[in-house]
Amino acid sequence: MLIEDFNKVQLSPIEENVGQSLMSIRDLRVWFELRRWGFGHAGNVRAVDGVSFDIRQGEAIAVVGESGCGKSSLMKTILGLHRPTGGDVSFEGVSLSRLDRRGLKWYRSQVGYVQQDPFAALAPFMNIRRILEEPLIVNGVKDRDERTARIRKALEEVKLSPVEDFLPKFPHMLSGGQQQRIVIARAMILNPKLIVADEPVSMLDASVRVEILKLLRGLQESHNLAVIYITHDLSTVRYFSERIFVMYAGKLVEKAFTPDLLREPRHPYTFALLAATSDPDARNAEVYREVPPGEPPSLVNPPKGCRFHPRCARAMQGLCDVEAPSDFEAAPEHLVNCWLYK
Amino acid sequence: MNQQTPLLQLQELTLHFRTSRGAMRAVDGVDFSLGHGEAVVVLGESGCGKSSLARAILRLLPRNVQTYRGQVYLDGRELMSIEDEEFRKAIRWARISMVPQAAMNSLNPVMKVGDQVAEPMIVHGGVAKEAALANARKMFQHVGVPTDFLDRYAFELSGGMRQRVAIAMALVTAPDLIILDEPTSALDVLTQANIMNVLKRIKKELGVSYILITHDIATSSELADRVAVMYAGQIVEVGDARSFFAAPLHPYSQKLMASVPRLRGDQEPDFITGHPPSLLDLPKGCRFADRCPLRMAKCAEEPPTFNKHGRLVKCWLHG
Repeated sequence: MLIEDFNKVQLSPIEENVGQSLMSIRDLRVWFELRRWGFGHAGNVRAVDGVSFDIRQGEAIAVVGESGCGKSSLMKTILGLHRPTGGDVSFEGVSLSRLDRRGLKWYRSQVGYVQQDPFAALAPFMNIRRILEEPLIVNGVKDRDERTARIRKALEEVKLSPVEDFLPKFPHMLSGGQQQRIVIARAMILNPKLIVADEPVSMLDASVRVEILKLLRGLQESHNLAVIYITHDLSTVRYFSERIFVMYAGKLVEKAFTPDLLREPRHPYTFALLAATSDPDARNAEVYREVPPGEPPSLVNPPKGCRFHPRCARAMQGLCDVEAPSDFEAAPEHLVNCWLYK
Repeated sequence: MNQQTPLLQLQELTLHFRTSRGAMRAVDGVDFSLGHGEAVVVLGESGCGKSSLARAILRLLPRNVQTYRGQVYLDGRELMSIEDEEFRKAIRWARISMVPQAAMNSLNPVMKVGDQVAEPMIVHGGVAKEAALANARKMFQHVGVPTDFLDRYAFELSGGMRQRVAIAMALVTAPDLIILDEPTSALDVLTQANIMNVLKRIKKELGVSYILITHDIATSSELADRVAVMYAGQIVEVGDARSFFAAPLHPYSQKLMASVPRLRGDQEPDFITGHPPSLLDLPKGCRFADRCPLRMAKCAEEPPTFNKHGRLVKCWLHG
């Protein structure tokens, strides 16, 4: 009954006014089996547990959550690296589970991946030319001149010029920001429709972060890309994405347009995240920040009812600890997975 | 600030490393002082020498040191002339301790965390094991780790808890000064806020001083009494937190502040074009001149540090 509710609420507000959704995720579950002594079943890690959303062409969304909330598992499933335990991911109307090897290869050429740690993501023994050429060779661009032209164009797009200087270099010769530009160029080189960026700036210096985010934003707009931006840092989200999805313990607890969510957060967890994020201000040193007690729950045995209730100051006894809430529409296109908004 | 001797005073502290391409001037003539119970934030981008500064203060030197000179005074006592063994026994961890970068991953995996926290007391304080463990228990309470975690191993603790254990380890010898090197950079927002609360409370309750080394300007304001900005091996600005965060003086500090994405307020963040100079090949004049929007002819000469109403700034604009 709950799942049906979930879908009903989910589908009506978002899907009606959208012409073409590029990717659609329905009640996605990604569980990992825990084994005892290598074979006995010892429960499941429910990393993603009932996630639904749509991404339109040309839209940037942010998935915000703490480490261990399942956002990386969600991302890897979207990239086709994990098979969903339940539910479905479909791209341009085609379900990923129905794609064979060739289909998956096509799909992966449509989806670019920007990794968190650029240095770890680039092969240390390949020069920049080789790194950018590889996806083209794998995807059958046979003409050498065409490959060169596309590599040059990709480097120009990420503003690494003069291009000739960079082509023969190896990753360790570049700064962190330049390495991340190469990663972005590689993600863009097959002209994908969707980019998945996993904390693309968390390893970079503060002064470079904004530069990289602006670059990504510029590419997103000029190529009409859809971007899924995964992060734990709410302060960068507002400059980057149209919508925010807040994730907690395997579920999306709040989905809304960025300005709405930042102006008026509804879910107590979102509230806590915003309250814990600091801006540079000397007055911060004079006060203690309010932080909900405890730590995120184990995903093997998540709490009964709402998964946030043991830490929630506004939890209602007899309701929040018994029955899991579904998504309620607190305001137009502002969905909150919390009983307070029933 | 106050009339009494500062807790820590650095004069012309210099640390150069020997590399195959010449001397790397990581810390290049740093002057700086710190009062009792005061928290100073050292802000800077990666590679500006801020972690080397911490190592220079604690004399945790790698083998390829070329030059290590200058004066370090702790409570008026000169430290640079002290023998290494004496320094290890009487200063490092006894008076000045440190929470190293990625401390939560630097705990010993085969030792119970309680024993690890007690260890500095046994080594530096000559305390019996039982007394040291009792003290470790007290420190666990200070940093907010449940005391039944004393018998656990590092892998059984979450990242935030491990970070607290590392802080407890720095606290256990009751030092006057703790150097915190990026204490929250690998942590989640809520954990980060929690750790900052812990550090604030310890400062209030125990009166320790901090040097907080970080590139995270927003979080640094949670703790800062004063701010020092480091660029290419030098301190370019020192000021009290209130005036610094309201209006930084040095063009680099201004650019750095403008690059911070903010949750509140509508300011669009900007970025600093160009790169910091290589520490192997530093320019003669002002080291920021190449990237500075306000550079003048004079900037080809190295600016001295000017005192502007108690704030120090190394820039010709304020001369």
